[in-house]
Amino acid sequence: MMDEVTHFLAMGGYARFVWPAYGFATLVLGGMAVWAWRQYGRQRRQWEAQAGARPRRGR
Amino acid sequence: MNRFANPARFMRLSDRLIPWCAALTVVSLAIGLWGALFVAPPDYQQGEAVRIMFVHVPAAWMASLIYFLMALASGVALIWRHPLADIAAQAAAPLGAGFTLVCLVTGSLWGQPMWGTWWVWDARLTSVLVLFFLYLGYIALVNAFDDATRGSRAGAVLALVGIVNLPIIKFSVDWWNTLHQPASVFRMGGPTIDSSMLWPLLVMAVAFMFYFSTVLMLRMRSAILSARLRAVRLGAAEALDAAALGSPS
Repeated sequence: MMDEVTHFLAMGGYARFVWPAYGFATLVLGGMAVWAWRQYGRQRRQWEAQAGARPRRGR
Repeated sequence: MNRFANPARFMRLSDRLIPWCAALTVVSLAIGLWGALFVAPPDYQQGEAVRIMFVHVPAAWMASLIYFLMALASGVALIWRHPLADIAAQAAAPLGAGFTLVCLVTGSLWGQPMWGTWWVWDARLTSVLVLFFLYLGYIALVNAFDDATRGSRAGAVLALVGIVNLPIIKFSVDWWNTLHQPASVFRMGGPTIDSSMLWPLLVMAVAFMFYFSTVLMLRMRSAILSARLRAVRLGAAEALDAAALGSPS
């Protein structure tokens, strides 16, 4: 079992190229998703606070 | 088309679509990664390094596709002055830049063991680097003006001019002698790669498209809310000014 995992992680000797490629893609795509989600949450909170301070006209 | 491009309608529609697109991103990404890392066999020449292709190639497709969509939205914004078109183009630009960066870096990580170099100034690599700078230039130009409308218009013109780079990227491997290999999926006569490698590649591309749709809609919703907030605050400020001018001093 352990040997299989080690063999998989070694990527036939290309581990230092394959894993950074997947890691970098995860970092960039994950980072953009988190950034967009947080930005949206911030705007929505501001909008709801604003909408709460005056008569509601829908979202 | 115009019916769906109404901001209020978009807010209602995207509210329902985002959870579905996010769920489909997770499912297709899980299937794609399973296929890419566990099912696809090692290449007879590239060995296990071929697994980088399952990220690199779909990222490259997305980089060009997003630019095309951005230029299309810019054209609609310039011709019909549609409010959602500018918002869509500006929301898509950083995502396109992100995919282009992923394409460049993963390509470089593949190039070192396969070509023996991290980078070479060949036509394909250089034209993709130009695409990355076009995205950055667009983002910088849109934000360079105090007047948002002028910024949007200047950015839209740049996006349209830059579209000339897309056929250069696509056909660079045919027009010039490049180190980069020619097309093996979207080519006359059908794909040349084995189906055991083709399906994970296509599923990864589908996952990236769902990811893009999800994040794009989130960013567009943020931009619409931000514009509404600005309008409300501006209205409140104008009402205050009018009250101050109207009141006896």
